Amino acid sequence: MLTTKDKEGNFKVAGIVGCVTWVSLILILIKNLLEVLSMSFEVNGKVIEVDEDGFITDPDLWDEAVAEYLAKTEEVEELTEDHWKVINYLRDYYKQYGIAPMVRKVTKETGFSLKEIYELFPSGPAKGACKIAGLPKPTGCV
Amino acid sequence: MAKVPKPEQLVNIDHKPPAKPWMDMPVKFEEGMWCYAAKPESLEAVGLPNPRKWSPEEEDWKLPENWKEVIFEGLRERLEKYRSLRIFMDICVRCGACADKCHFFLGTGDPKNMPVLRAELLRSIYRKEFTVAGKLLGKMAGARELTEDVVKEWFYYFFQCTQCRRCSVFCPYGIDTAEITIIARELLNLLGCNIEWIASPVANCYKKGNHLGIQPHALKDMVEMLADDIEDVTGIRVEPTFNRKGAEILFIPPSGDVFADPGIYTFMGYLMLFHEIGLDYTLSTYASEGGNFGSFTSHEMMKRLNAKMYAEAERLGVKWILGGECGHMWRVVHQYMNTMNGPADFLEEPVSPITGTKFENAKSTKMVHIVEFTADLIRNNKLKLDPSRNDHFRITFHDSCNPARAMGLFEEPRYIIKNTCNYFYEMPEETIREKTFCCGSGAGLNAEENMVMRMKGGLPRANAVKYVHEKYDVNTLTCICAVDRAALPTLMNYWVPGVSVSGVHELVGNALIMKGEKQRTTNLRGEPLLRTEDGGDV
Repeated sequence: MLTTKDKEGNFKVAGIVGCVTWVSLILILIKNLLEVLSMSFEVNGKVIEVDEDGFITDPDLWDEAVAEYLAKTEEVEELTEDHWKVINYLRDYYKQYGIAPMVRKVTKETGFSLKEIYELFPSGPAKGACKIAGLPKPTGCV
Repeated sequence: MAKVPKPEQLVNIDHKPPAKPWMDMPVKFEEGMWCYAAKPESLEAVGLPNPRKWSPEEEDWKLPENWKEVIFEGLRERLEKYRSLRIFMDICVRCGACADKCHFFLGTGDPKNMPVLRAELLRSIYRKEFTVAGKLLGKMAGARELTEDVVKEWFYYFFQCTQCRRCSVFCPYGIDTAEITIIARELLNLLGCNIEWIASPVANCYKKGNHLGIQPHALKDMVEMLADDIEDVTGIRVEPTFNRKGAEILFIPPSGDVFADPGIYTFMGYLMLFHEIGLDYTLSTYASEGGNFGSFTSHEMMKRLNAKMYAEAERLGVKWILGGECGHMWRVVHQYMNTMNGPADFLEEPVSPITGTKFENAKSTKMVHIVEFTADLIRNNKLKLDPSRNDHFRITFHDSCNPARAMGLFEEPRYIIKNTCNYFYEMPEETIREKTFCCGSGAGLNAEENMVMRMKGGLPRANAVKYVHEKYDVNTLTCICAVDRAALPTLMNYWVPGVSVSGVHELVGNALIMKGEKQRTTNLRGEPLLRTEDGGDV
């Protein structure tokens, strides 16, 4: 791939560039694979464990940098003031009650309609917003 | 999480059986058709064996060293304890009457989803270990060795059964596949092979009183908010009480109704009804769950979770228990409770304080289903109802598997619907009442990661809804089960967009004319009411 037709110097350089690209691609792939397998990610030197769906397993490890990282996994490119309004409400409720608030409660208390919440968090209030806010998934008849 | 294929792809189902015999077909874990493994902390919370981190995707399931012994001993114990199990193991003549009755077989075409073959997965091991013919003749007698692959196959297929019992309606011997599934799951649990979507609710229920893990102050907060919403719609403040000693009745809903859309509208309906008739009732923050995910784990766990409702009823000194629109709660109460935790002699035989009707059928369990209670109120003219407030709903009724097949609760919900709504249409006969099709997500399988299987298994139900949707313009699927209310909206969005899901008491709440209420302009969902002078369709 890199050196077969390599009689001129120019080709050699291209070959090395190609090689570096390939190696780095493979490294990224391995890194991603390891992240999936070990189900964790690293932010600012902190290793954060997540479950199969990417929800963090220890809500105490959550911070804003973690939220920024998780946002990117849920199709939220940038966390705006409106995003933070929802996230902070979710976190405050969770701190006080030990569970995510009802969806209806979120819309009532933040003033955003369900449609607006979906605009902010395309994967929805539970899978998107709660995940970014570092809350666990509710289970049962939900 | 697995991507769910488009409906037009999923509907291509191949029912042609494979060329090789089933024993030669190794189990293959298809994407989106199995649930995540139970986490160690969920098993530890209730003392279930072999808590560990593991995944069905990995080769090594980290079974205990003596796992074979554990299975054989577990099966032996259960064959002695449950005569029904031995009968179900011996009696099947493989006539095939059940084969095409299972929604999962209809939706997947996988022969191991035929109830007869699902049971054979266990029977083949039973034959090899516990019958002479199986020991001597092996495969010829339908027997096979227990291997780790068999355990994996059990895990895959016994967590692809929703214990809905449609097949048992058609079995000439009355073999109850749900019973077989419960036993198989019990055996899997002995090895620590449960799914998180069941193990976590069980742990929550055991520790905090309900599947969702709602703590007392959170429950109060949620109920208060729903009371606010009722006030917004009706102008009337309902004042539910919690853990009140000396109340006449303890009311236990499924926790999904307190927490999740669209169950909350049904919960609002309960509160409005109780307020209007002046019922002396209390909610409990300890027995805050009627549902019983224990019944998807083992008989022992089912018993433990069921017991807390009665312990709380005794502690509070109520006369009897009224239960909400829940599914498996009623299977446990109606068919197991009496010999498991009963008889509940410390309670009184339930009598409606409003009509004086004695609920003879609840003589032993002391627990009345809310649709029986409400149907009786309507029959005795105790409620003022305005069905036109539900005119935006064109309704069909999904008989939830457990209240239907485990209780025979067919007429009461229909009676309420017909008295609270003007537009009601039945789905085809072979898909309702005792022949009702499962939502495809029951028995703890409503996990998100299991979505492909849920959509496949829900296809027969969705197909029947599609029929009335197209023929009568039905836009609402009403049911009396919280798993249904969680599972059916997703199923409808996928197969029959344009159909939403409600509970029966949501309809009651809408239609109920309350003393001193303000002119209603919206339904409980906050949607504007349709009104015409002649009360006709719009």
